[in-house]
Amino acid sequence: MKESFDLVVAGAGPAGIAAAVTAAEAGLRVAVVDDNPAPGGQIWRSGAHLPRSAQHWIARLHRSSAVPLLGWRIFDSPEPNLLCAEPSSFPPSSPNGSSLPPHRRHAELRFKKLILATGARERFLPFPGWTLPNVMGAGALDALVRGGLPIAGKRVVVAGTGPLLLAVAAHLARRGAKIVTVCEQASFAQLARFAAHLALEPAKLAQGAGFALALRSARLRTGCWPIAAHGTDRLRAVTLRQGHNFWDVDCDYLACGFHLVPNIELPALLACRIAGGFVSTNGLLETSVPGIYCAGEPTGIGGVELALLEGEIAALAASAQTARAQKVARRRRRKLAFVRALERACTLDPQLRTLPAEDTFICRCEDVPYAALCSRSSWREAKLHTRCGMGPCQGRICGTATEFLFGWNADSVRPPVFPALVANLAVSPARTHDFNGASAASRAGVAAPTHAFKETR
Amino acid sequence: MPESVRSLALTVNGVPIAVQPGTTVAAAVLMAGAPTRISVTGEPRAPLCGMGICFECRVTIDGVPHQRSCQILCRSGMQVRTAPSEPAANPAREFAP
Repeated sequence: MKESFDLVVAGAGPAGIAAAVTAAEAGLRVAVVDDNPAPGGQIWRSGAHLPRSAQHWIARLHRSSAVPLLGWRIFDSPEPNLLCAEPSSFPPSSPNGSSLPPHRRHAELRFKKLILATGARERFLPFPGWTLPNVMGAGALDALVRGGLPIAGKRVVVAGTGPLLLAVAAHLARRGAKIVTVCEQASFAQLARFAAHLALEPAKLAQGAGFALALRSARLRTGCWPIAAHGTDRLRAVTLRQGHNFWDVDCDYLACGFHLVPNIELPALLACRIAGGFVSTNGLLETSVPGIYCAGEPTGIGGVELALLEGEIAALAASAQTARAQKVARRRRRKLAFVRALERACTLDPQLRTLPAEDTFICRCEDVPYAALCSRSSWREAKLHTRCGMGPCQGRICGTATEFLFGWNADSVRPPVFPALVANLAVSPARTHDFNGASAASRAGVAAPTHAFKETR
Repeated sequence: MPESVRSLALTVNGVPIAVQPGTTVAAAVLMAGAPTRISVTGEPRAPLCGMGICFECRVTIDGVPHQRSCQILCRSGMQVRTAPSEPAANPAREFAP
């Protein structure tokens, strides 16, 4: 498939949906690409119990003229204004896609403007036993339950940090799970400050009250986290720690995620400037690369309402409706205090750095233990000597962990940004620009922007 | 939960399993009680991220290896194989770009 669009939106979560709908309704020819089989991203993952606003936005996307490329993942941008994508999965008897017609196995999407709405993933911190089956992310268990996993009667420990924990625990409780306990690593004082901030946001406060009602029999512990998971073939019990107290609880699932980290691999590949782990933008959400915009969590973890506003702003800006974009941008700026409050509330306790044992695998793809990494001085050195981060997740899990554990930064993002079929790499156009120098420089913050770029966050 | 009027029949390692429409392959594999893959040092693994990032949930579907089961919905007649039935190759090596 070779097609040209006025606007390509990468990601069909709330920010991407708002962007695609806004731009399509303004008359642009729009494509929206997402790895997932359905629109909604992770927060509006398909299944029951979607909020009415989610149903409204998804219906509006389906009604719009935006071309949905769902179940497609972008793996490269070999030249400016071009993205290469392939299907997220292949049907029977086409292991290399060879029996598929060309338009169903490879896509070249040319764009005039691009909006990156790549969302976020959970941060995982390694501890002994974290590789056992049934130890997973909090959002992960939620997604699996939305994807049909029966949870009624199962004992679940929810742990980590961030508002996602309560949302997940409440949802699982409504589905009949026995929430044994919710462990939040943040201190009570940290949470109290955040709660005071929430009082300024009635909608979020009401949501919180709903969670409290669903969880009235479960105990929320602060300054508490799992230090080990036990079992042989699968999880049987968890050791929890709160201050100087340690105790074991039996459970069927440990749903453990330490807040969210943005998916910045594609923005970095496109040489968008990254600062402090997030994509830098101006007030109308244009990145350091002209014509490429960013909306939603990659600009700062702020939740659904902010993501919707950002999608709208980016689409209005990308379709030259500057006055309207500026009007919505004013509403966005009022919400940015929440982003900072959330960041403070989820600041990780430094003691979490002591969680891994010598033999705890940090890189799950290549089974690289903590002891093999301690003597390394950088992410690059660790990769070269231990294969840490060299497996199919490309360091998305362990790179985030080693950033916290050792302070390492992944210093380059290289194509393909997702594992891709060799057949599809072969048919992609030859590379016309130096991805490596560009992305390394943009990460170091030294790339000379090719247009007047002023970050306004 | 109300009974759906129809359910999908598929197999996980040859064992039949019935699921509701909209069920992901990852959920079906967990229901079947099988780990999705065996790690390079021989550990059983199951989904970690649930959203297509970690690749722990990859399985063989209808003969196509390395499919991320959390991103794929069950289809009727699907044949899912998890790692223990695979040859003892190192799947991660094949993936490394």
